Amino acid sequence: MTEFVSALLLQSGYNAALVAIGSALLGLAAGGTGTFVFLRKRALISDAAAHSTLPGIGLAFIIMVALGGDGRNLFGLIAGSALSAIVGLLVVDWITKSTRLPEDAAIGAVLSVFFGFGVVLLTVIQVMSAGKQAGLEGYLLGSTAGMLFQEAATIALVGAISAGALLLLHRRMIVVAFDPQYAETMGFSVRATDLMTMGLVLLVTVIGLKVVGLILIVALLIIPPVTARFWTNRVDRLVTIAAVSGGLAAYIGAALSAAYPKVPTGAIIVLVSFVMFAISFLLAPERGVVGSLLRHLRFQHRVHRRQGLLELARGETIYDRMTLRVLQRAGYLRGDGVATLAGRAAAAQELKNEARWEIARRRNIEFADAARFDGLSQIDTVLTADEIAEIDAELSRQIGAVS
Amino acid sequence: MIGQEFVQLSLTPMLVGILASLACALPGNFLLLRRQTLIGDAISHVVLPGIVVAFLISGSIAAWPMMLGASGAALVAVLMIEAVKRFGRIESGAAMGVIFTSMFAGGVLLLEQSDTSSVHLDVQHALYGNLESLIWLSAEGWGSLFDLAALSEMPPQVGRLFVVLALVVAFIAVFWSSLKIATFDESFALSIGIPARLLGFALVALTAIAAVAAFDAVGSIIVIAMFICPAATARLMTDDLVVQVLWSAVFAVVSAVLGYMLAGYLPGLLGYDYAVSAAGMMATVSGLILGVACLFGPKRKRIAPTA
Repeated sequence: MTEFVSALLLQSGYNAALVAIGSALLGLAAGGTGTFVFLRKRALISDAAAHSTLPGIGLAFIIMVALGGDGRNLFGLIAGSALSAIVGLLVVDWITKSTRLPEDAAIGAVLSVFFGFGVVLLTVIQVMSAGKQAGLEGYLLGSTAGMLFQEAATIALVGAISAGALLLLHRRMIVVAFDPQYAETMGFSVRATDLMTMGLVLLVTVIGLKVVGLILIVALLIIPPVTARFWTNRVDRLVTIAAVSGGLAAYIGAALSAAYPKVPTGAIIVLVSFVMFAISFLLAPERGVVGSLLRHLRFQHRVHRRQGLLELARGETIYDRMTLRVLQRAGYLRGDGVATLAGRAAAAQELKNEARWEIARRRNIEFADAARFDGLSQIDTVLTADEIAEIDAELSRQIGAVS
Repeated sequence: MIGQEFVQLSLTPMLVGILASLACALPGNFLLLRRQTLIGDAISHVVLPGIVVAFLISGSIAAWPMMLGASGAALVAVLMIEAVKRFGRIESGAAMGVIFTSMFAGGVLLLEQSDTSSVHLDVQHALYGNLESLIWLSAEGWGSLFDLAALSEMPPQVGRLFVVLALVVAFIAVFWSSLKIATFDESFALSIGIPARLLGFALVALTAIAAVAAFDAVGSIIVIAMFICPAATARLMTDDLVVQVLWSAVFAVVSAVLGYMLAGYLPGLLGYDYAVSAAGMMATVSGLILGVACLFGPKRKRIAPTA
């Protein structure tokens, strides 16, 4: 535990601190960028980008070795991966535009075929380097052990650049995500904006390769926006919450991985992010599962209470088990089904309110708020005391007319 | 290449490749038309945590616990994706992305934490499979195909995949017309009494079975490629579902055979004496075929809206 705390406070050594800060910036940029991909309902296209980096990594390695250099040069590998991810995205785009195949098929085809070809190249490299570990497997699942200063600095720098770009571009991205036609009239090209979004995705993906690996990087783009969606309906907050939760998950994950042995950085970052998602999914007040369930139960309770009281007032026999339970628990009904004094009073009150509502709704010009009638709200929470008094006067006139 | 050596070393991997490709490509046709192709992608990612958990519980890497674990994981993943979609009101692509990456990450973490040094179980194996190692040493030539003793020594993957392929073909044949109607018009299918939702779930279950069986032999890349590429290629060839399914079978077999041959012999032809990953090559070939179909397939265009 103490190791974890000291890693959280960046006290676990220079390298661990570098990795933690770099990861946090990466997570921040990924969460923010991912939000726009999520809003465009194209979450999985980033998976195609991530998987199609593999042949680029392999080719870059082969070319760098052929030119007599070090095949593991980070910049060379990043350039190669970016180029092949661009090719992959263009192919997805081309297939969707020029054939009748749906986008999901294009995404799946590109990600599996590019990845397959990348694996072919990896076996070539294995033979080329003759038993020496080429270390490219690290890009599949990420590896932060022994990260160099310049590598960490690159990640931090690119993370900061993409965060800055996001800040500059988020307004037009929001407009395009919600109303592409309106965006066009405002002079924002939808196509150009989509390209910018994909450019940011690409940036996050290629720098994420080293930390999280190409199989899991997509998680950093998808999970934080989905998590954020449970907490807000406003898009500016959505971006902020996604970015913060992505950054936090990456930071905590990097610290955990530094503190405990045999905890791979990429996997633990994704899992921390998933925990945040799971908590939001269950407990978020508006959209969370528990909240929705409670709201549903409360609603059900109110319906049964009202139905039951009206039936009591009209002297009808109640058969519904749930209604009986609700009334008995409220003390309105005895165990043998006979109404208590309190029950009869509540029933009378409910019947009176029902009659008041009827008048309010008939004279809905005077009582505009009566349009808010949903069958359940108490009348005194909707109409003012004066209005109710007037309705009661009308009510007694009616009763007088009948008798 | 056609003698005893071929039967011993190349016949079984090739056969396994063909069977696995077919078992994935056939249900792939329906997944494609129902816009569910990425469910194959999701399932093949969650196979990893499934087999790791199965290994931790059973302590062995025998085939059956692995298959059970992987199917269990596939089932859990499908249910969780459905829950996130329905209760969280999240769009399906994003829901899939959340669940399969998290489960895969869980598998990686468990694998690192547990001691698997004594057994052959790692992420690379899960991704690439071990097609090349499926050799049939007791074969003495083509005649061994009719020799029961030699047949029983064949790698067990052949038999398992054969059973799974038979299951896939039987399912599609038996439910052909219902499946067809449910795929193209679910509300109509429901209105004439076809249990379309159940059928859809059965299709996903079948996908999972095919993915798990194929995965054991060929790894997950090829599984994803074969779910999508042959069916997508076939879709660009014809408007007729029967013809499409037949085309997809042809493309699956061609990708498997050609991919295996290229992986084994292409480097040799270029003057190098090694082989490259057969699974990767099969996926590559299936993609190249799809690329050709995207350029020249007779039915590649969307039907233009009639004026």
